[in-house]
Amino acid sequence: MNKIIIAISAALIALSASAAGAEEIINGAGASFPAPVYQAWAYQYNKTTGAKLNYQSIGSGGGQRQITEKTLDFGASDDPLKPEKLKHDNLLQFPAVIGGVVPIVNIKGIKDGQLKLDSGALCKIFLGEITSWDDDRVKNLNPGMFIPHTSVTVIYRSDGSGTTAIFTNYLSETCPGWKSRVGAGKAVKFPAGIGGKGNEGVANYVKRTQNTIGYVEFAYAKQNKLVSAQLKNRAGNFVAPGFDTFAQAAESGDFDPKKDFYTWLINTAGKGAWPIAGATFILLAKDQKDANMKTVKFFDWAFTNGDAPAKNLAYLPLPESLKDKVRAYWKANGLR
Amino acid sequence: MNHEKKRKLESLMALAFSTLAAVFGLFWLVFILSDVLIHGIGALTPSLFLNDPSPAGVPGGGLRNAFVGQLLITFIATMIGIPIGILGGTFLAEYARGTKIARVISILADIMVSVPSIVIGTFIYAIMVRPWGHFSGWAGAVALAVIMIPVVMRTTEDMLSLVPWTMREAAFALGAPYYKVIVQVVYRGAAAGIFTGILLSIARVAGETAPLLFTSFNNAYYSANMKGPVSSLTVTIFQYAMGPYDDWHAQAWAASFMITLFVLVLTILGRIFIKWRYQ
Amino acid sequence: MPIIQKRDPADFIFSVVTAIASLTVIVLIIGIFTVLVRESSLSIRTFGVIKFLTSTDWNPVTNSFGAATTIYGTFVTTFLALLIAIPVAIGIAIFVTEIAPNFLKSPIGIAIELLAAIPSIIYGMWGLFTLAPLMAKYVEPALQKSIGKLPLLGILFQGTPMGIDLFTASVILSIMIIPFTASISRDSFNLTPSVVKESAYAIGATQWEVVKNVVLPYSKLGVFGGIALSLGRALGETMAVAFVLGNNHQITTSLYDAAATITVSLANEFTEADTDLYLSSLFYLALVLFVMSFIILAIAKFFLLKAEKRYSR
Repeated sequence: MNKIIIAISAALIALSASAAGAEEIINGAGASFPAPVYQAWAYQYNKTTGAKLNYQSIGSGGGQRQITEKTLDFGASDDPLKPEKLKHDNLLQFPAVIGGVVPIVNIKGIKDGQLKLDSGALCKIFLGEITSWDDDRVKNLNPGMFIPHTSVTVIYRSDGSGTTAIFTNYLSETCPGWKSRVGAGKAVKFPAGIGGKGNEGVANYVKRTQNTIGYVEFAYAKQNKLVSAQLKNRAGNFVAPGFDTFAQAAESGDFDPKKDFYTWLINTAGKGAWPIAGATFILLAKDQKDANMKTVKFFDWAFTNGDAPAKNLAYLPLPESLKDKVRAYWKANGLR
Repeated sequence: MNHEKKRKLESLMALAFSTLAAVFGLFWLVFILSDVLIHGIGALTPSLFLNDPSPAGVPGGGLRNAFVGQLLITFIATMIGIPIGILGGTFLAEYARGTKIARVISILADIMVSVPSIVIGTFIYAIMVRPWGHFSGWAGAVALAVIMIPVVMRTTEDMLSLVPWTMREAAFALGAPYYKVIVQVVYRGAAAGIFTGILLSIARVAGETAPLLFTSFNNAYYSANMKGPVSSLTVTIFQYAMGPYDDWHAQAWAASFMITLFVLVLTILGRIFIKWRYQ
Repeated sequence: MPIIQKRDPADFIFSVVTAIASLTVIVLIIGIFTVLVRESSLSIRTFGVIKFLTSTDWNPVTNSFGAATTIYGTFVTTFLALLIAIPVAIGIAIFVTEIAPNFLKSPIGIAIELLAAIPSIIYGMWGLFTLAPLMAKYVEPALQKSIGKLPLLGILFQGTPMGIDLFTASVILSIMIIPFTASISRDSFNLTPSVVKESAYAIGATQWEVVKNVVLPYSKLGVFGGIALSLGRALGETMAVAFVLGNNHQITTSLYDAAATITVSLANEFTEADTDLYLSSLFYLALVLFVMSFIILAIAKFFLLKAEKRYSR
């Protein structure tokens, strides 16, 4: 018996020791918004270069916290930090990819892209003021569609989420009631509903429970074949989420490297623009030079080779001009 | 109805309720275990053990890294927790037997056994993860060891106390110093019980999730490097079950099945062993 | 036997080593308390004690935190779980000691203990995938139609039955804590001297009357100890509840609403708390939970020790 224990111990210690030096692994965590595309890129990157990128989806709040505490090599957040905060915490920030937040529903008989909502209805649903799906305010936007008389259950994010930040910023901007009662941020006090953890959790709850409405990044809706709703944008047109409508939203984005690319892509003016789009950002701790060089190398690779997998998952790769600005930002900070 | 018949009826009903209660308890046990069995067996494929996770939505991923990680963390926790637990229990049952300090430590250990494991996770985060600057398998192992120590200490103390004092006296009479008496006589006599205590403590921590959430964190890759985040079966189950992907759910069930099997086998083995030895 | 052996050097070393090993328990408890207090000091300074414990705010945007909602969730789930678990556990103990034939006593005892051995995350998964849908589809609507129509109790069953709520969480918790009360009660029942029971039978008592008037009063202390132990466990459960509770920081009157407990909030929000005050407040919650469980477990131990003393007379 003793011999067996000693043998196993020796084997495991040897395993541990051998692995200790040989690992080339970048540890990042944060937003669940871009997790599918980061993981797809990491998979490809590992196949071509052998280097590993371990990305854990814990929410933008987590990404911001853990990089500030330097327990990670990089943090990811769709809630951009203002230049003053970046300076205060000694961080760098740059965008990686652009996506969109879509409302998803699970109502019997309603298929993907059929339900039409506008900011007013969305706002009142999430405020808990619209409690039945066949409320007039929803029916009037969908003439001729049969909507069952069932109660609305709202699903929101229970964790610190950049997706929530983008979504609540949209609601705050378009709906004065929301702005005064709830406000915008990564974790707000939602007036009604059930909290799910991560984009994954919200998607899961909506998928398995009837008469629910939630908000997720588009890739999650697409990958899990969830039913998304159309939204009325600022120009007055009903648009469906997708590559083109995200691209139109991104056109008006002012990504300024001097302001560390701090930008929101909400309620933009374009004719066919998706109203709740956003870029997602990477945060680096200035002190972690080695980790930063490795991280930048990965994203440089992704900018060059990752467009196709990103589009496949319905993320919008950064326009070439923006990619160049980001590369210049890296250079200016000694990381390239 | 006369008074006597009423009392008899009351007795019958009370006993019927008790029987129902027992059936109720057993029903849940069978329900849960068979659910885990049915869902888990279906997803047990070789790729589950041989492959590492693939990105969300890409089929064919496995949980090799989580199995290895779980074994590694549990093993190291055992290496830390068992010796301290046994030695501590020895002190309580032998050198300090009957003293006030032994009573106090014994009571405190009993309380520690049931302290919420997530609180221990936050404690280890504050003293190991934050100062070191990264999540690590070591932190996870230490968190589990902290949970194991009081469990092992108490079972060791109880088992050693069961060894009759006369056995020690016989050894003393032959001129042996106390430590020799302990190691060669008392440990031998209580070996089965201590071994069971070890098995049960391993079963206890093998299924823990909360203390690992902010210590060993998680890792999408196979990693035997304890200095960085290490994936574990339990945290992975948490992550996969909360996600929307069907193949994640299947893998979570399979992993649940494996853990449940492991824990139940250890628990039953331990109980049978004790019965057989002390009968 | 002197504690530290001074004569034999090897004995001396061994006694010191074992002494240090046993002291780790004290070091750990003091350490955990100290570290938690240190980490929550920012929050304690900002909110004080009474205000934090009674504030229903949990708002990361305005950086205002209070423990009332999570304490409420913790208490409601624990209370409801005990309400279901205690009668069932005592019933099981009565069955095993009084009704079951001898050959069944041991297997059933082991089976009930297996319930305690199942890891809590398995309960969580099973709860999310199997129990919650069953609750939402059958049990909760049925309860709403029956008890939900009653004047006072009815308040508890309002709202849309989603399955992800206080009710399901409490049911799962109750199943988990049954074994603790059941096995300690069974052991306490077995310690009742048969002489006393036989005297009661001799004067014509029915089996239930013997249990109610002889066994239960005699084992009172042990049973209370078992209940307190179940309570302590229920307070600290995380994973079994995390999947099905819904994570909504609110104080609600309906069991069909989502809520939050201290443990689940810690699990969900700990790695993501982005401001120092937020993280400190979470540590504050952990401290509150630690103190609460410690006190309750100490009470449990007190009862169990008293029972031990009484039975060994």
